[in-house]
Amino acid sequence: MNNIKKITKMQLFLPIFSMILVMLVNVIYDVVNGNAPFGFFAISTQLTSSGNTILYGRLIDILNRGSEVAILAIGMTLVVSASAGTDISVGSVMSLSGGMCCMLLAGYGVTNVSEYARPLWVGIGAGILVAVLCGLFNGFLVAYLNIQPMVATLILWSAGRAIGLLLCNSAIVYVRVPSFQIFGSYVGLFPTPMLIAAACILIMSLILKFTALGTFVQSVGINKRAARISGFSSAKIILMCYAICGLCAGIAGITATSRIYSADTNNIGLNMEMDAILAVALGGNSLGGGKFNLAGSIIGAYTIQAITTTLYALGVSSAQAPVFKAIVVILIVVIQAEPVREYFKKLSAKKAAAKEA
Amino acid sequence: MKKLKINSNSILLLITIALFVAMYIAGCIVYADKGFTRLQTFLNILINNAGLICIAAGTTCVMLTGGIDISVGSVVAMDCMILAVGIEEWGWKSQTLILLVLVIGIVFGVVQGYCIAYLGIQPFIVTMAGLFFARGMTAVICTDQVSIVSDEFFVKLANFKINMPFGAYENKKGILQVPYVRITVILALIVVVLIFLMLKYTRFGRSIYAVGGNSQSAELMGLDVRKTKMKTYVLASFLASIGGICYCLNTMCGTTTQGTGLEMDAISSAVIGGTLLTGGVGNVFGTLIGVLINGTISTLVKSHGKLVSSWANIVTAILLCFFIVLQAVLAKIKESKKA
Repeated sequence: MNNIKKITKMQLFLPIFSMILVMLVNVIYDVVNGNAPFGFFAISTQLTSSGNTILYGRLIDILNRGSEVAILAIGMTLVVSASAGTDISVGSVMSLSGGMCCMLLAGYGVTNVSEYARPLWVGIGAGILVAVLCGLFNGFLVAYLNIQPMVATLILWSAGRAIGLLLCNSAIVYVRVPSFQIFGSYVGLFPTPMLIAAACILIMSLILKFTALGTFVQSVGINKRAARISGFSSAKIILMCYAICGLCAGIAGITATSRIYSADTNNIGLNMEMDAILAVALGGNSLGGGKFNLAGSIIGAYTIQAITTTLYALGVSSAQAPVFKAIVVILIVVIQAEPVREYFKKLSAKKAAAKEA
Repeated sequence: MKKLKINSNSILLLITIALFVAMYIAGCIVYADKGFTRLQTFLNILINNAGLICIAAGTTCVMLTGGIDISVGSVVAMDCMILAVGIEEWGWKSQTLILLVLVIGIVFGVVQGYCIAYLGIQPFIVTMAGLFFARGMTAVICTDQVSIVSDEFFVKLANFKINMPFGAYENKKGILQVPYVRITVILALIVVVLIFLMLKYTRFGRSIYAVGGNSQSAELMGLDVRKTKMKTYVLASFLASIGGICYCLNTMCGTTTQGTGLEMDAISSAVIGGTLLTGGVGNVFGTLIGVLINGTISTLVKSHGKLVSSWANIVTAILLCFFIVLQAVLAKIKESKKA
């Protein structure tokens, strides 16, 4: 009994628990339909039409498709922790950085190219640079002008996608060059977005482990004034968090663009900010700032993707999927809510008392 | 004689009004040949944004308590779809459906309000789930675009014109054109006036300000903070439903993508109108002006004729930025005066 309590008290318990729950639904579904019970976890190799061998399976699909949200969740975790607010501009910034990248690679006004107008690194560099600048702009408003994060990022939420559309001359710009498509397809056995996400997660966790960044961010989030008095600049740290968030949005934007080798500015990153914020909340992090847990957010991000993929596997159409997503989200946050937890605590205490009597 | 008090909040409202007037006059001068000076242009802004005015009034109330409601855009889509499918496929009467939609709005608000006020879950997350739910429900009801044509009462309501007693003019063919508004505009203006009076003179309205200003001291004063918050979310969802009906009367159809981003339009209108997201400060009249400013910008971009519609977004964003920075600067001045 004590052991169970210890486990349920762990911060990562809930995200992992919900992940397992989603997987269980898959197993049950497979058993009911007479498929192999663990078909969900099966990973096999497959030969593509172009002659490459790639990994194949639902688990790989989740890891692949969930990459963008996982990358966004890294930046969002820091922003939420440091500024007690959310950056709702990331989806728009993704689309802007994708648009910028494709516009440079294809040339302004051109909608379909099979050769680069400029070297690849210029496009990608500019796309990511623009995203970092967006992050700095958000950060400046939040850190130095003390504007509520949601309102501050509302500006770029509205303008980011619009500027992206202007850059692409209100059209979809296709870049049909294999070396550009590689960021959204496969490298050897593995899907590239999965590797990019893994690299981002690895770098961030190394930074958190070997520098004091995590401590700084958390102390700013817990008490801004106390952090300033103890000698480090709160504003600079918040600014940096937003810049990192912008950087993540840029990387995610380039990945998403490369996946469809085109800058579909109207649709790239649409509602992605919601998923990223959800990932942070599902990871057991308080949206009120302060302590954070990066691993929780990452698990949260993949849980969201697992829910989506499971729903598709169950035959729910993509337009109807949000209903079930909403129900799952509400269930998970209600379980986490303080009054509900207390109610269950009381219930178990009553049971224990009854047993003793 | 009572002296008019001018504090930083009323300065914001004054600037908003001044900007709206200046923008409109500039439009009148530049686009005089395209009929910008006509009364109908202004009335069209009201007609096109009647739904948004209702929604933004609700959003303002929620923001006054320091919360946020981002589900309203999806609620509008769901309402439109229920009305359209109900009339065309279920064969229900529109009067019944309007009632149904209002009840659904209230139920939606009760669930959201309960989760936020009594379970203590962050409003952003709860209303985001509401956003997903309503948007998905729209697709569950029907995935196609459904146009409303068969209900007589509803079509009559949508085409009902209320002529203005003044401002008539003759068009190029010499036919007399009388400026008009739709019934939705009247509804929206009634909503604004009612909410304005409610916030100013009723117990509930004042407790909204108290809760938003400082919920702890409101609690110590003996106000039921949770109940007030819950009521506010119910009010916002209810107003979103009224807005949905107005929206449906304008578009006469239901699609799954209707009202996307409407929640952010409502929030930006409220912010331009001087409402703070932290709560406690704001005015529904300012929100009305905020909606009108948004409408004027898109009318200006349309009048130019050659600009892409994304310019409207960019100009709104620049304006939003200007107002937000102005608010921040005023807050800093206030703080330094205190110190």
